[in-house]
Amino acid sequence: MSQDTQPLVSLPIIDNGGDGAMVDVEGPRAATSMRYRRAPLATPEEQFRVLNRVEISVGPTRTGSFEADLEAAGWPVLQPAQLDIFQINVGKLCNMTCRHCHVDSGPDRVDENMDRETVEACLRAIDLSGAKIVDLTGGAPELNPHFEYLVDACVQRGLHVMDRCNLTILTTRRYQHLPQWFAERGVEVICSLPHYRKLNTDAQRGKGTYEKSLEALRALNEAGYGKGDPRLQLTLVTNPVGAYLAGNQASLEAEWKAALARNHGVYFDKLLALNNMPMSRYLEWLEQKGQTAHYLSELVQAFNPGTIAGLMCRNTLSVSWDGYLYDCDFNQQLDMKMDLPAGLRPHVRDFDLTAWQQHIVRTERHCYGCTAGAGSGCGGAIA
Amino acid sequence: METYYKLDQLARFGEIAEGNKALADAFFSYYGKVFEDGALTAREKSLIALAVAHTIQCPYCIDAYTSDSLQKGADLEQMTEAVHVATAIRGGASLVHGIQMLDQVREKMM
Repeated sequence: MSQDTQPLVSLPIIDNGGDGAMVDVEGPRAATSMRYRRAPLATPEEQFRVLNRVEISVGPTRTGSFEADLEAAGWPVLQPAQLDIFQINVGKLCNMTCRHCHVDSGPDRVDENMDRETVEACLRAIDLSGAKIVDLTGGAPELNPHFEYLVDACVQRGLHVMDRCNLTILTTRRYQHLPQWFAERGVEVICSLPHYRKLNTDAQRGKGTYEKSLEALRALNEAGYGKGDPRLQLTLVTNPVGAYLAGNQASLEAEWKAALARNHGVYFDKLLALNNMPMSRYLEWLEQKGQTAHYLSELVQAFNPGTIAGLMCRNTLSVSWDGYLYDCDFNQQLDMKMDLPAGLRPHVRDFDLTAWQQHIVRTERHCYGCTAGAGSGCGGAIA
Repeated sequence: METYYKLDQLARFGEIAEGNKALADAFFSYYGKVFEDGALTAREKSLIALAVAHTIQCPYCIDAYTSDSLQKGADLEQMTEAVHVATAIRGGASLVHGIQMLDQVREKMM
């Protein structure tokens, strides 16, 4: 729980989709991006090397092979079920730089942002996919210049739209209209808040995050969110602020609700408790603490076969800013492109539902993060 | 035995069933139920356990309930307050015996 005294910084000016508007966006920072620092661990190859060198003597096969443990649990191949969720990572740009970020997002990542052509290709693929839910993530997805266009296009199609929001972005001048804008469209807002108190929240996400997050939650409450209206769902997400597994989701939800209501008069609908994946900046932190082997062992030891059927890679498709297809956002950040049959290019322009249904999900050791304990996915606990 | 406390012993707690499985099963079942959400939340129970762990100065328990408190949603400030509760009771328990001393002194002294 190291304290970082780095002050708030301004985001480099963003080109706002060709309309000439330029904005400065502030955001708390607990770290800097690995890519910005040119850290070796920024590459997937180095992350796999660090994970694969850990000797594992726990889990069903005591090998630390995710594939072997899947097979031992009765899943010789991991294949999709039904495509429910079309998840789009619209870009790596973020006004924050959280210590545990699996995307290695930050203000320096201005180039990796989805363009309008790829947005249109996503919309065509959504129409072909039959998915009823569109899940927008990033970075801070709101920073993509085509964000509002994409949301509107999905809402007009009658789809349920989820925005994975870092909260602090809603307190910046350029984006303060969003709570009301979301409410008018019935967008589900899924917000990161690791803890209901300041200490752990700021340790993970940067100084000042907690106060700004409360300000954003109040704005969402004022717009009608978090009060039990099924059209205006406000969901919070907590990741452990350290090297331990996510706690019991229902128990934590009751704690978070009581504490936020009592201390701040702030309300929300649902809490998702997710494990941290041993990758990217969280893996870097584990390495700095000498906790990689311990944490990975803990994940493998907690391997729960009951989570496999509900894994998100079985009902979700993940698209990157440049249109490539992945089994999940974690695989996306590890550059594990979807392995489609007959050599079909895993790209949103070539999307084919039958090929998706027939393909085999790619897995590596980081996947133990999703099968540990009660399981973990973008939709929260599984089992 | 080289040392009395070994790091791997906590993880091997279940092996205590070797000498009497029925009692071990009964204990662990009871233990699990004690820490479920009830009239007290799981987090509150974990903080009580953390305070007790410091009172009995059990390194296994301090280790286990530091992790458990974090996992149950407590933070360092709450955990530190719990340890101070144990400290206050422990210190107070010594100090309140001072009244026994005081009464005896009053009896014996002019």
